Amino acid sequence: MKNSRSLEIGTGLFVLLGFTALAFLTTQLPGTSLKFGGSEGGYTVTAKFDNIGDLKPGSPVTMAGVRVGRVETIRFDPRDFKAAVVLRIEDQYQEIPEDSDASIQTAGLLGGKYIGIGPGGSETFLKQGGQIEFTQSAIVLESLVNKFFANMASKGPDEQKSDEPAAEEKK
Amino acid sequence: MSANAESLAVGWVRKVGGMTLFFLQVCSRIVPSFTRPGLIVRQIYNAGARSLVIVMLSGLFVGMVLGLLGFDTLQRFGSEDSLGVLAALGMLKVLGPVLTALLFAGRAGTSLTSEIGLMKSTDQLTAMQMMAVDPLRHVIAPRFLGGIIAMPLLAATFSVIGLFGAQLIGVQQMGVDVGAFWSQTQNAVDLRDVYEGIVKSLVFGVACSLIAVYEGYNSEPTPEGVGLATTRTVVTSSVMVLLLNYLLTAAFLTK
Repeated sequence: MKNSRSLEIGTGLFVLLGFTALAFLTTQLPGTSLKFGGSEGGYTVTAKFDNIGDLKPGSPVTMAGVRVGRVETIRFDPRDFKAAVVLRIEDQYQEIPEDSDASIQTAGLLGGKYIGIGPGGSETFLKQGGQIEFTQSAIVLESLVNKFFANMASKGPDEQKSDEPAAEEKK
Repeated sequence: MSANAESLAVGWVRKVGGMTLFFLQVCSRIVPSFTRPGLIVRQIYNAGARSLVIVMLSGLFVGMVLGLLGFDTLQRFGSEDSLGVLAALGMLKVLGPVLTALLFAGRAGTSLTSEIGLMKSTDQLTAMQMMAVDPLRHVIAPRFLGGIIAMPLLAATFSVIGLFGAQLIGVQQMGVDVGAFWSQTQNAVDLRDVYEGIVKSLVFGVACSLIAVYEGYNSEPTPEGVGLATTRTVVTSSVMVLLLNYLLTAAFLTK
């Protein structure tokens, strides 16, 4: 029984490692509690969208295609029925004009959603807790297709009634 | 010729029946075997802890291949952000349980079979019976149980390491965005997918351990017999794992 110590230590390590892996799989993978690649630095700004599509926390925020930050949280604002998206911008991008616009875009045809910031012309810059006023919602492909076919169908009696808000497509 | 085929078929049926009976016998000894937890701990160590290195290494490389090939395929559709989803679901549902079970059969199953086979050929099991010590309870049940406990833990480790291997290649080398990689994964993976993997690895653990101890316990008590039994363990375990994998996948899909 002289090697029972190393036996027990080895078994203990193995079991602990195994259960850590199981815990990781069951709790972290199907949830959003753990943020990967999310840095604590930088500052946050808010942007409100009519429809965010399937934007997720952790999605990139880009300017001119370069990642400048990430989506931190997404919540529904019951006052104006919009999605309030908190963006965490990295510290080295301090000079984003206040009147910049944010739009939700899709990487590739099937890729994930991300937020693109188009710079405005203002001399003042976004600060911690600021808000981006000009936003453009996600383009939901299905509603786009629906609109297209609705247009096709109603082409005969020349009525343009296709301006239903795309937001109703998603629950 | 037909007599030969008949004896082959009868042999098969006999083997299935023998294994079922053996399974029930071992099951009835599982609870009594808890009175000697030290034996079980030793078998968890033998089956699990000593397979850990090979399982982790394999998981890492399988995950890295998944990252490489997944990225190459997904970027053709411009959806390389979904790499994490592909890696996670592939690892959890198929690669983790199946490859771990195959490694387990080769690494731990063979050593179980040959150990028990050698015990038998050196009359240790008979000696135990002479002393009114039940070998099923003191030799077989702890080994069976140790394998069952070790398998899900090994498979989970394999999956996690593989996922980080995929991230290593996808994010660090191919330039997929880390946040997109994990946020898409966390959004797409359901708790059910995780359970599917755990259930699969548990079932594979039962199958591999049972086959290993059965073949050892029923081996010919000769050097050649032990060798043949070890081979049969690997072959039968591998086929059973792949077959059960299909059945379980189908069962989880239809539910």
